[in-house]
Amino acid sequence: MRLFIATLLACTSCLLASPGLAAPARDPLESARWEDMRKLYFPGQRVVFDDRVRVTAPVTAEDSMNVPVRVDASGLPGVRKVTVFADFNPILEILRFYPQGALASLGFRVKLQQSTPIRAAAQTADGVWHVGGTWVNTAGGGCTAPSTGSASPEWQSKLGEVSGRLWLPVAEAPEASAPAQAGKGGKPGQGNEPVRLRLRIIHPMDTGLAPGIPAFFVQDLKVTEAGGKELMRIEAFEPVSENPVFTLDLPPARAAGPIVVSGRDNNGNAINARIAP
Amino acid sequence: MKKILMLALSLCALAGLAPAGVTVATALAADAGRFDYGLRPERIAENTWVVVGRREDFTTENGGNIVNTAFVATGAGVVVIDTGSSKRYGEQLLAAIASVTDEPVAMVLNTHFHPDHFLGNQAFPADRLFALPATIRGIAADGNAFAENLYRMSGDWMRGTEVVVPPNPLAPGPLRVGRHDFEVLALGGHTEADLALYDRTTGVLFASDLVFNERAPTTPHAHLGNWLSALDRLEATGAALVVPGHGPVSRDGGAIAQTRAYLGWLERTLNDAAERGLDMTEVLALPVPASIRRIALAEAEYRRSVVHLYPAAEQRALARAGQR
Repeated sequence: MRLFIATLLACTSCLLASPGLAAPARDPLESARWEDMRKLYFPGQRVVFDDRVRVTAPVTAEDSMNVPVRVDASGLPGVRKVTVFADFNPILEILRFYPQGALASLGFRVKLQQSTPIRAAAQTADGVWHVGGTWVNTAGGGCTAPSTGSASPEWQSKLGEVSGRLWLPVAEAPEASAPAQAGKGGKPGQGNEPVRLRLRIIHPMDTGLAPGIPAFFVQDLKVTEAGGKELMRIEAFEPVSENPVFTLDLPPARAAGPIVVSGRDNNGNAINARIAP
Repeated sequence: MKKILMLALSLCALAGLAPAGVTVATALAADAGRFDYGLRPERIAENTWVVVGRREDFTTENGGNIVNTAFVATGAGVVVIDTGSSKRYGEQLLAAIASVTDEPVAMVLNTHFHPDHFLGNQAFPADRLFALPATIRGIAADGNAFAENLYRMSGDWMRGTEVVVPPNPLAPGPLRVGRHDFEVLALGGHTEADLALYDRTTGVLFASDLVFNERAPTTPHAHLGNWLSALDRLEATGAALVVPGHGPVSRDGGAIAQTRAYLGWLERTLNDAAERGLDMTEVLALPVPASIRRIALAEAEYRRSVVHLYPAAEQRALARAGQR
């Protein structure tokens, strides 16, 4: 009973701690696990629900091993870090990314074990976490199935191999068409459009939850300019889908030269690639 | 505090149980009249009938009656093409066959390894079941997972359904049964192995799921290039009547043309999106043109197909960058 009162007081104080911010106190996704998520990821920190953190994913997952997700917090100024998690996944955290020189957006695919909210929390320079998310319904089972790679020896020779490509805005690359930028307001050839970078890395991304197959996944990725300036750092976890595909948007000025991708998996295997425009 | 919590818990449990009990009682009372697929054999040529399913996805309401099955009374026994989506469907198909012919079942063909085409196998003599070798392997490997999925989607219609793997491999080429000269076409594209059966005697082509008519094609195991080539092979038969795997029988070749147009659009859309660098979520959000949208389930199937097929398209687009 005493604990109950303490919790109530704590809730009241976090409401009081965010005056002036038009944030709903209740989880808009009405997840039974939101309070656990809040305590786990943002203990003692300010959290607001914010529509500027957009999470796009299908309402119903066709393939629980490959659920496409795109996080876009680029409408929120000064994002330092974004963490993405799923309330009901056996491994909650999907990935974190630090949009240092890149736009605060990232596309990827995840494995889901059951229907769950997928949330992105973007931390701004003032330390506040801005949370957006969406529910995904799925038949499930995505986290306890073995990777297709683990069943065949073929991936071993290609482990960590990266294929990547840059799409420059139309004005700079007349032969290519720039990716659709819904809601960005940029017009082709005006030079304010981002450069699109897409990467695919060959890796089984085993969760460790399939019987007899240990966790084996890409852990760290750095996307840098050839000169060494960091554009984005990604810390991935087990739920990211096999052979991860990432979609990044970079400011045009940052992507004039080649892009370097480097990183490692949890067994220390190195990932190194150079992507020319 | 503890007591109140316990009370609340037990109330929840009761609230959960009561409606379930009611449902069970109602289901038992209504069982006799339910689970009737209403299969009606439609005679489309001499000795030839088709049972046309609904142009829908699996639901607990249609029980999986979304597929076409067919049969030919050859004079030396009935050749059955596909057995439907459950034990009940198979039993009712067998009864429907007996309602129009006295001939015994001579051969049962499973055209490919998707569950709506073989889960009725239990109703037929196991030694009469035939399929292409890759289909036999596919049913053995994935049949149970497919059946489990249909228990989830079709519900009680599935009761008692178990996978029966066809024991007899079928080879491509001519096949004479009774008075009918068939040609077995071993193709692929909708799945790894798709069996089409052309009856030279009547000019009827049983196209399996290589052809959909007024219902958007499904692609969970599709290879679009192979599928489009398979359509050329089907068209080359010059069949007078085409029985698609889903949708109405086609008398003018329109079903093959429509399937080709849909698949061509799908392939172009995905390849174009991959070449433009779109993220999969952006591809899912692309509008489906009106000419495609008028086909049943086109928007839903397009979005499913993106998940099935975009990874290969984007892989090709990324690989091309490496070659430049």
